[in-house]
Order: sequence, then C-alpha cells, then structure tokens
Amino acid sequence: MTKSNWGDLEIELIIGVLLRTGVMLAASVVLLGAVVYLAHYGLHAADYRTFHGDPEFLRSLTGIVRGALHLDGRAIIQLGLLILIATPVARVAFSAVAFAIERDYLYVWVTLFVLALLLYSLFSH
Amino acid sequence: MNILVFSGLVGFGALLAGFLGALTGLGGGVVIVPMLALLFHVDIHYAIGASLVSVIATSSGAAAAYVREGYSNIRIGMFLETATTVGAIVGAAIALHVSGGAIAIVFGLVLLYSAFLSSRDRVEHGEHLPSTPLATKLRLNGSYPTASGVQSYNVRGVPAGYSLMFGAGVLSGLLGIGSGAVKVVAMDQAMKIPFKVSTTTSNFMIGVTAAASAGLYLHRGYISPGVAMPVMLGVLAGSLIGARILVKARVKVLRYVFAVVIVVLGFEMIFSGATGRL
Repeated sequence: MTKSNWGDLEIELIIGVLLRTGVMLAASVVLLGAVVYLAHYGLHAADYRTFHGDPEFLRSLTGIVRGALHLDGRAIIQLGLLILIATPVARVAFSAVAFAIERDYLYVWVTLFVLALLLYSLFSH
Repeated sequence: MNILVFSGLVGFGALLAGFLGALTGLGGGVVIVPMLALLFHVDIHYAIGASLVSVIATSSGAAAAYVREGYSNIRIGMFLETATTVGAIVGAAIALHVSGGAIAIVFGLVLLYSAFLSSRDRVEHGEHLPSTPLATKLRLNGSYPTASGVQSYNVRGVPAGYSLMFGAGVLSGLLGIGSGAVKVVAMDQAMKIPFKVSTTTSNFMIGVTAAASAGLYLHRGYISPGVAMPVMLGVLAGSLIGARILVKARVKVLRYVFAVVIVVLGFEMIFSGATGRL
C-alpha cells in the first residue's frame, strides 16, 4: 500500500510539471498572438454582440496551424488555446502509461475511455 | 469601443475574477460569463467558449501546485472523469440546441445554488466509515498526509457520487464553468471523501472535464480568439497572483462579498434570460 502510494506521488509530480509547462507554453503563444492581433486590429471596432461563429479557418486544426504559420494573430491565439486544451489530454495520456507501468489494467481501461472521449471532442467536426 | 480598449477592459475584469476566485476558493469561472454577457454585451455563446478556456487554464495551473502536497487521488479522479467527460459532451450538444435565454436562466440558477453552498459551513465527517464493495473493487480508498501522520480514508456512495458527477459534467459543457461546487458536493457529501482530497481531486478533474467540451466548442466557432485571449490571460494572471497572496484573515469577508456578487449576477442572468435580452 505504502509502496504504491509512493509510486502515485511520483506520477503526480510529473503530471504537475506537465500541466504547468502546458499552461505556460499556451499562455506564451496566446500572448504572442495577442501582440500581432492587436497591432493589426487594435483600432477596429469590437463587435461580439451577435453570434456569427468564427471564420472557418479558425475552427479546424489544419486551418489554425496554417493561419499561424502565416502569422495571422487570431490563428496564433487559437493555436495557443489549442495547446491549452491539449494539456489535460496529454495528462490523461500520461496517466494511461503510468497505470500500465503499475500493471493496474482496470485503470488503464478507465483512462483510455476518458482519452478516447477527449480525442473525439478534439478531432471531430 | 475599439478592440484595444475592449481587450484591456475584459482582461482587467478577468484578472479581478481570477484573483477573487483563487482567494476565496470559489473559482473565477462562474463570474466570467455574466461579466461578458451583462457588462460587455458579448453573445453568450462566445462568453461560454471563453470561460471554458479560462477554466482549463486555472485548473491546470493550480493542479501543478496541489499535486506536490499529495492530497489528490488520481484513481478517484480518473474513475469519476468517465462520468464528467460524457456529461460534458452531452452538455455541449444541448448548448447547440437551446437559446441563449434558456442558457442564461440555467446559469442564473447555478449561480444562486453556488452562493448558497458557499454560505454553509462545511463540516468534516469525522468518523471512520467502512468502505462499500464497489469502492473497494475500484480501488478508490486511499490515504493522505495530515499534521498527525498519514490518514487513510474509505469511499462510499459510489453510484450517487457518479450520477452527480455526470450532472456536473453536463453543466460544465452547457455553461462553460468548472462545476467545482457540484463536484465537491458529490465527493464530500455523497462519497464521504475528506475535504482536502475532494477539493484537490475536483480541481484536478475540472480541466479534463472542460477539455472534453472545449474541442467541440472550438469546431463550432464558439471560441473566438478576440474574446478568449483577454479572458484566458487575465484569469490565469489573476489566479496565479491570488494563489500567492494567502491573506487568510480577510478571506471570510471576501467570500461573503463574492457570494453577494454571485447572487446579484444570478438574479440578473435569470431576469435578462427571461426577458429575452440575452
């Protein structure tokens, strides 16, 4: 019992580092995008009263990456937000591996189920 | 209002929300949507998308600090996440089919309930209760460090807790909030998990739950970079500052003030939703 708890604690420490890194990376990318975006559109009128939905290229993974490579501020922000959304997903993926190393197969399956739902949400259209 | 001013004001409001949320432990996410919708007249769909993103940021940022202390139970968290993620996807699907006004009314009711919960004193169930066969089979029982050594605990009420977690997931996907209040109720009232464990495990789960609906929101165009950017950066900065300043003495007053703000926002959301202004 004590031994397995120590294993859990080590895993949680690594998860902590993973989460912090993901959030800080995401925040840096969003900040970079914000600078580009505000430099371009800062003096335009802000209008979010009615829902139009984002332009198509900001809704798909490929569109966001392509836009970011063209240094479009909104796409860079969106890329940062994607990294942020992917951070808990990476945490779940890591937990699956950790449970497999502990040979806790019940929890490997539980974790893979959660991971499958997250990937469905991230990649579905 | 131009985009520069809009971003600055929203960013400042989000910073304040994140700061107060971290200090009071009530979470800043609940006030983001009312702030954007009522104060800045942002369409509620964009507001929810931005809030969802900020919830992931604060949950992941805070979890990094919590895990070091060894309170959270990853098995409880992961098992219950099977309920919250399914719920979150259902909630996001419902959000597609209901009007902004209906969402605003549900949001208002959840705000009032959260304020009610925070006004009650939480009493730790002291006695050491036996576990249930299901909890044992799922290996949910655990232990955590206390001042007087390692304390073990048993988990009960798994079906009730699991159902509540599904509900928490639906609310999270529908309203773009962390549903931390419902999660903690499920864990400490239904499952008899100690506070420190339930609070930190709940925080751990919030990010995963929010990520389950955030992907769907993004593909639908609900996550607008112009709104989400100042909200995410503001809330994250505010919660990091809040987590560092532990002014324990004033927290009770702050909690009270924040709860009053939440009640006012709750009524305002219900009124605006019912009169078709949102």
